Amino acid sequence: MTDTTHPTGVGADDHQETGGTPRRDFLYLATGAVGALGVAGAAWPFIHSMNPALDTLALGTIQVDLSMLDVGQSITVTWRGKPVFIRHRTEQEIEQAQTTDVADLPDPQPDSERVQRPEWLVMIGICTHLGCVPKGQKAGDPTGDFGGWFCVCHGSHYDTSGRIRRGPAPRNLDVPAYAFLDDMTIQLG
Amino acid sequence: MMHKRATTAIVVGLAAAVAAWSAPVSAAEQIELPSYEWSHYGPFGTIDQAAAQRGFQVYQQVCQSCHGMELFYFRNLAGIGFTEEQIEIVASEYFIQDGYDDFGDPIEREGRASDSFPDPFPNDAAAAAANGGVVPPDLSVMIKARPSGEDYMTALLMGYEDEPPEGFDLTLGKYYNKYFPGHQISMPQMLYDDMVMYEDGTESTALQNAKDVTIFLAYTAEPHHDERKQLGMRVMLFLIVFAGLMYATKRQLWSAVKH
Amino acid sequence: MASAPEWKNPVIRWVDRRLPIFTFMHHEYVDYPMPKNCTYLWAFGAISMIILMIMIATGIFLAMHYVAHTDHAFNSVERIMRDVNYGWLLRYVHANGASMFFIAVYIHTFRGLYYGSYKEPRELLWMIGVAILLVMILTAFTGYVLPWGQMSFWAATVITSLFSAFPVVGDPIVTWLWGGFSVDQPTLNRFFALHYLLPFVILGLSVLHVAALHVPGVGSNNPKGIAIQGPQDSVPFHPYATIKDLYAFAVFLIIFAAFVFYAPNYLGHPDNYVPADPLVTPPHIVPEWYFLPFYAILRAIPDKLGGVLVMFASIAVLFVIPWLDTSKVRSCTYRPIYKWFFWLFVANTMLLGYVGAKPAEGIWVLLAQLGTAWYFIHFLVVMPVVGKLEKPSPLPTSISEPVLHGGGPLPSGAAAGPMEKA
Repeated sequence: MTDTTHPTGVGADDHQETGGTPRRDFLYLATGAVGALGVAGAAWPFIHSMNPALDTLALGTIQVDLSMLDVGQSITVTWRGKPVFIRHRTEQEIEQAQTTDVADLPDPQPDSERVQRPEWLVMIGICTHLGCVPKGQKAGDPTGDFGGWFCVCHGSHYDTSGRIRRGPAPRNLDVPAYAFLDDMTIQLG
Repeated sequence: MMHKRATTAIVVGLAAAVAAWSAPVSAAEQIELPSYEWSHYGPFGTIDQAAAQRGFQVYQQVCQSCHGMELFYFRNLAGIGFTEEQIEIVASEYFIQDGYDDFGDPIEREGRASDSFPDPFPNDAAAAAANGGVVPPDLSVMIKARPSGEDYMTALLMGYEDEPPEGFDLTLGKYYNKYFPGHQISMPQMLYDDMVMYEDGTESTALQNAKDVTIFLAYTAEPHHDERKQLGMRVMLFLIVFAGLMYATKRQLWSAVKH
Repeated sequence: MASAPEWKNPVIRWVDRRLPIFTFMHHEYVDYPMPKNCTYLWAFGAISMIILMIMIATGIFLAMHYVAHTDHAFNSVERIMRDVNYGWLLRYVHANGASMFFIAVYIHTFRGLYYGSYKEPRELLWMIGVAILLVMILTAFTGYVLPWGQMSFWAATVITSLFSAFPVVGDPIVTWLWGGFSVDQPTLNRFFALHYLLPFVILGLSVLHVAALHVPGVGSNNPKGIAIQGPQDSVPFHPYATIKDLYAFAVFLIIFAAFVFYAPNYLGHPDNYVPADPLVTPPHIVPEWYFLPFYAILRAIPDKLGGVLVMFASIAVLFVIPWLDTSKVRSCTYRPIYKWFFWLFVANTMLLGYVGAKPAEGIWVLLAQLGTAWYFIHFLVVMPVVGKLEKPSPLPTSISEPVLHGGGPLPSGAAAGPMEKA
């Protein structure tokens, strides 16, 4: 449609070669533009169909019962298909996390910004480097040089606040949106 | 001009044939359904939200003791005017079996917006055992699963006769229904006047209940019904404009060709 | 015909020097001479091609959400309808697109029959077209099974059971098709695989179909059925045919959209919204409308093997039409007798389609048998005999000349000339 020239050669004697009048050019342009608009509009449903579906979005919240967790224990729950680390931190871990000099960190963030209640650390257990799940949840796991978590894929060390301390990861472990429904129940999402 | 006529004839003929063929094909015994007015019919039709809400009340108070809707989620109630809080409240009245606890026992928890209306029976065998050997069907897509689904649903709910016609051999435990294929249905008459108390003050006749629950089920069968017709109107307008422009362009281009 | 264009854009020139794809496209879709008297019936080839693209596109995106498992197939389709963003639109376009595809292809086919587009030198072009129809039938059938509703299941059961009609090998073939002893998970899984594959077979055949058309000396037929004799008879494909095809497609799309948005289930069957139940057959199983004539032929024969063979023959006979038609003239416009037989054949096909939707009892059986008989008589008797006996009307000397009226003497050589290659 954009080619508005009349090719010469075949059937040439049937065509009167007239220069493009403005009115005619506008018609061609309008048709082409509306056609392009239609194709673009038709593409959107296809693209959008690959975004999370309504049922996927609706499963955004889960509730976790914390009463089973003693001090020093961790659990991993699945939320939106991702592991979420929940740790009942010891006094020592809390102190370490709170007394670290924030200015020296690769991703400076005080512990108070990462927890709602100091004894409960909640974060997404996915290394911010390339998406592996760091070790440190189970007894006997390596916890890295800073007593928190250690990603064995490429050697990222996280501290007891889940902050990156050494290794290739660019950011601290992400903290999901959550809320305490009561002292022993949190809702994720 | 023969070819012009041929063009028209072939196109019209095929279109007519498609229309004739695809009309719902009659059974050996065709039961004439009564025809009701449905606000969601036609190109501009939308689901009547007030009626659908009343229909949901009928579903909750009458239907759901036997019929689940496993494809219809509590969150879908938003489409007939429920707020998020109302949906949470509705959902919390249901118990949902969700996985197993640390001892391997099934967990039952309150429903959430992301759950679907649970089947009232744990499995088909239990459902059949409790209902004279027949499993009450899931109602999620029922309106689309029957020819003239809306008319059929209302007619069926209203189609009970206390006594079968003379000479009709009714099996024990079955009920006579004018519109059910074979006329012997396992579901007893469920709707009676003034059985459901409507909150909006609408008079609660059995026919009103039947129509309302039909509209509700039309929504559960197709939650995107309104969106479909609204988008359709925009697409049609666009296509008509586009086809008009194409026609003008075509005429312009071909105007120089003698043919 | 036209010389290779001079490409001004240096990138295009660089590529074209090494892979002359631009020259090829220019030659086939810009310069390609289109008889200038072609009507809108000639747009249905292009329309079919665009619908094929739409079907492949929607199909691929639906496949991203569909689960080919007997426990999940029905619900995954409903999830597409309910939860996937615009999933309802993709599915309704795909489901109705199948019907639209058949409408376009059937119009295209009947146009070919009316204007003798299968006759020398287009025999192979026609045969490839029949092969496309055959693969389309397989694609539509395998696709219909995927939602795993009652109609899906029982269509799969009934149609695969056709092969059990053959003695000795029949039952092993059916078991092989099923991958088990009934239509079940293995069947669904392989049908999904085939349904994903076959459209690309159609695409490949369509490329061959177009290649067999774009051969010097073959080219597009036209309402007069006579060859292009010079540049005065044709127009370049682009922009003349492209704009005409696209305009026709835009109009076709309005009808398509009307079904998708306002009557998306009109061409379907309600029973397919009931999940498949291997223990209960729906009381009236009917194929989709586009199979009804063939279904009527199948049921017309009171013998199991006979019915299957005659139904297969009804498609096989299409392959040999170029040799059954003995007429020297292509277009029905100049065939005063056969023209009426053509319309009788169209009416007969519609009758068969109508009968195919009716229960196989009473008057419908007789009508199906008469219709089936006429279907074959048309091809095997009418086509060869009428072609020999009929005296065609005078042909015009060329596409650009007006038809000679008054039965005046034909210009010398005109009777034979138009059938020769350009």
